[in-house]
Amino acid sequence: MSCTVRIASPLHAYTAGASQVDGRGSTLAEVLGDLERRFPGIRFRMIDEQNRVRPHMRLFVNSDEARDLAAPVRGGDTVHVICALSGG
Amino acid sequence: MSTLWLGTRKGLFALRAAAGRQSWKLAGPQFLGHIIHHVVQDPRAPRTLLMAAKTGHLGPTVFRSSDRGRTWREAAQPPAFRQAADGEEARAVERVFWLTPGHAAEPGVWYAGSSPAGLFRSEDGGERWAPVAGFNDNPMRAKWVLNGTPDGEFLHSILVDPRDPRHLYIGISIGGVFESADGGANWTPLNEGVAADFLPDPAAPFGHDPHCIAQHPASPDRLYQQNHCGIYRLDRPGQRWERIGTAMPKKIGDIGFPIVLHPADPDTAWVLPMDGRTVWPRTSIEGKPAVYRTRDAGRSWQRLDRGLPRARAWFTVLRQAMCADGRPRTGVYFGTTGGDVWASTNSGDSWRCLARHLPEIYSVTHAS
Repeated sequence: MSCTVRIASPLHAYTAGASQVDGRGSTLAEVLGDLERRFPGIRFRMIDEQNRVRPHMRLFVNSDEARDLAAPVRGGDTVHVICALSGG
Repeated sequence: MSTLWLGTRKGLFALRAAAGRQSWKLAGPQFLGHIIHHVVQDPRAPRTLLMAAKTGHLGPTVFRSSDRGRTWREAAQPPAFRQAADGEEARAVERVFWLTPGHAAEPGVWYAGSSPAGLFRSEDGGERWAPVAGFNDNPMRAKWVLNGTPDGEFLHSILVDPRDPRHLYIGISIGGVFESADGGANWTPLNEGVAADFLPDPAAPFGHDPHCIAQHPASPDRLYQQNHCGIYRLDRPGQRWERIGTAMPKKIGDIGFPIVLHPADPDTAWVLPMDGRTVWPRTSIEGKPAVYRTRDAGRSWQRLDRGLPRARAWFTVLRQAMCADGRPRTGVYFGTTGGDVWASTNSGDSWRCLARHLPEIYSVTHAS
């Protein structure tokens, strides 16, 4: 399944500056695994070792926030990786 | 050449000086916006540095440089707890807080300490990290760390005995000092004699708050500790820490974060006392910053404030933000949470400011 992944700026060091990349997978976990293969290290900055989304990260499939990595991704969907930071 | 690596809340900076240490030049920032907890040179391979970093958004990781900090590459497998089984507490490294190079006979080995309290080991120069199960999965761990504080407890001051790579010490704030004689497979509390006046049982065997522990490189049986409840010395194989902070002036007390040892003289150490009264301001006492030095293993202390502000200077200096170099006239350096770096190149007798207006300084380490 092919999708589009929008990458927030804190992760651009992994995608050679790209704010949008292609992704493959039928779940969010698969899409993140695909990203990790092509951009090593990117997944652990977003997802902790217990497979939880990190506190200041938000993942959306189209306009729906997904907290569960089993969330389905369909062909043509857009996965948004959003950073939510507070404080100075 | 001397380099001071400055890990700050907003990036990595460096101060560099030629051998005379008179003129320092500030470089950086590198990694602007990243939170840098610790930067440590590898004494076994001086071109190599490891750096513990994260950002406000992104998870914790380790970067490695093999060209004295010009370029950096991220670890392929940063420190992480093992995946929790069903029903187990699911721990995740929130920050890599401390880095220690391994023994000279184990050139690729490094240790890392995290918050929440975890111990990790790399055998390939910091590229891949594995949990040290003997501590992280120790059935006593949950009791030792007392569930930490809201910001999480820290594992720090990982000390490797220069005579024996399997002999390790660690400090946990809060949790106490622990010792392993078998490379981290088993751990024993080592807190006898240390006050813990915040605990229900002040004589408890663990639950203490060591802010910083130091082992003298030339006399590894000598340990010093700046604790939440005072300054201590322990001469092994002794088991009982002696509170050497009682020799500090009463109006100053013996509370602080860092303790720094002279590289050659095991009787000389520096501390930077802070205000630990009432609600714990943790600033310089009465706004008058001073370093204190002992030259007799803590039997007496000398105030060293020449060149430091005389008043209205509310410094806070964190546990990793003070260090010494190995030069003949020992350089002593510290960075403040207000972003200033101060230096003495005469063992603390006088001080001057090397840099101002940096971000909050988390660590100051010397590299040759």
